Amino acid sequence: MKIKGIARKFPKDVDTDAIIPARYLNTQDEKELGKHCMEGIRPGFYDEINTGDIIMADTNFGCGSSREHAPIAIKGAGIKCVVAKSFARIFYRNCINIGLPVFECSKAFDESDEGDVISIDLENGVIYNETKNLSFEATPLPEFVRDIINAGGLTKFAKKFIK
Amino acid sequence: MGMTAAEKILAKHAGKKEVKAGDFVFANIDLVLGNDITSPVAFEQFKSLGAKEVFDKERIALVPDHFTPNKDLKSAANAKMVREFARQHQISNYFEVGRMGIEHVLLPEQGLVLPGELIVGSDSHTCTYGALGAFATGIGSTDAAVAMATGKAWFRVPETIKFIFKGDLQKWVSGKDLILAAIGKIGVDGALYQVMEFCGEVIEGLSMDSRFTMCNMAIEAGGKTAFIAPDDITLEYVSERAQRDYQIEISDKDAQYAETIEIDVSELEPLVACPPSPANVQPISKIDNIKIDQVVIGSCTNGRLEDLRIAAEILKGRKIHPNVRMLVFPGTQQIYREALKEGIIDIFVEAGAAFSTPTCGPCLGGHMGLLAEGERAVSTTNRNFVGRMGHPNSEVFLTNPALAAASGILGRIASPEEVE
Repeated sequence: MKIKGIARKFPKDVDTDAIIPARYLNTQDEKELGKHCMEGIRPGFYDEINTGDIIMADTNFGCGSSREHAPIAIKGAGIKCVVAKSFARIFYRNCINIGLPVFECSKAFDESDEGDVISIDLENGVIYNETKNLSFEATPLPEFVRDIINAGGLTKFAKKFIK
Repeated sequence: MGMTAAEKILAKHAGKKEVKAGDFVFANIDLVLGNDITSPVAFEQFKSLGAKEVFDKERIALVPDHFTPNKDLKSAANAKMVREFARQHQISNYFEVGRMGIEHVLLPEQGLVLPGELIVGSDSHTCTYGALGAFATGIGSTDAAVAMATGKAWFRVPETIKFIFKGDLQKWVSGKDLILAAIGKIGVDGALYQVMEFCGEVIEGLSMDSRFTMCNMAIEAGGKTAFIAPDDITLEYVSERAQRDYQIEISDKDAQYAETIEIDVSELEPLVACPPSPANVQPISKIDNIKIDQVVIGSCTNGRLEDLRIAAEILKGRKIHPNVRMLVFPGTQQIYREALKEGIIDIFVEAGAAFSTPTCGPCLGGHMGLLAEGERAVSTTNRNFVGRMGHPNSEVFLTNPALAAASGILGRIASPEEVE
């Protein structure tokens, strides 16, 4: 599957309080959380973006709390993929578990600018910057992780363990 | 080749003789923890899994501690969901307001997390239990749902960084300062995906309360968890609490570490983590007249009896600065009662502090003491991110409880040495 959207760039160490401030954690509603996505670091983000846009971030994206509300808010805002130089561990596995595609790729971040048109081949982890006519290969996902994604997220993957 | 304690615990729980860093395993969990924020999301996933029953009603702990006592209607509805799930599935370790505590203070106190165990919790500070020699790590709500239904979770076996602490601790330097020193040294992603194993003569001499504080903040360096090899101090703590058998695991002498970092504490002063990063640490002597509006003493980091005792020792017979609100949150009801018996609560109240029932409260900007625009707090909690305790233009400085108490008296970030 291929997706295409506008690059929305973020600095290093974006924490989950910045992605979705704790005052909104009293709801689980994806759409509602989406409206407040990135409010802690970029107020008005939800109104700026279009469905299908792509977050591109520096290192340690999603650090801090374990709140799954963070990737849910990103999904709810209409973001289709997050590309970062590196991810914080819990955020990364939360994305995999809920089926939000994530890729580690330093060059894609370094050589893309805010507003560039990006398309991503999700199966092969190939990131194209259409504005600059550049192509990048993300760090391949481990097979174990690919199996979870291919199953459609952790709940579908884990059904076989249910008695 | 030997194995690290983390590798041994994961191998044992995955039914394997050996695993090494980088391997993926599906492992059996000893206990799954959820709170009032993360569990409602997990319950939705639990339903979508098609699960009818939990894997073991004694191996799940549900602790409504974040937005409780219910801060608003939505939080009340979430707490109700947790309560109803607990009733429906006869969860034996559900802790109601009035009998509860802050999850990571409560579970060790209740003997629900033990050495050598594999624990997951849908809260990032689950790494706290590394202080008991458990492999304990934070997960998300979907992971928690799967763990509650199947008793299993997936892991990438992490590498371990060994931290050796040596030298003599100066007065007023505590576990909080040791972990802030480590985070300051390696940065907020210095231990990404890795275990931080703490050892050395300084660790061997630390109380359990201080060890919990250290392990609690491993996540602030990106760590998957922390680990301290169980010793006599651990076993004394555990023996009077354990509710089931356990088996200790420690790292082999020839275990492979990603890195070994030595920290000499002899010259270490109490530290202040300045906003907006826990790695942005400064020795207290370098902090120059920073005025404050609020002091928070408590949380899963520093809400234990030792923390309250040291703050009370400094506050005794003194008054909190007229421009400062001091809020105190004991970690559990048991700690609350101990503090009551020892006269600690009286000291706080006499000094002009507000003493609360246990709750995460303002630590994550939930309730019970949010900061207004332009306000500044000294806090014994674990995060000082932008807007963490309230308005995006408010600031949090992280310290140990002694500095927090002294700062409350002087109305600025200060050392107990400056209190007359």
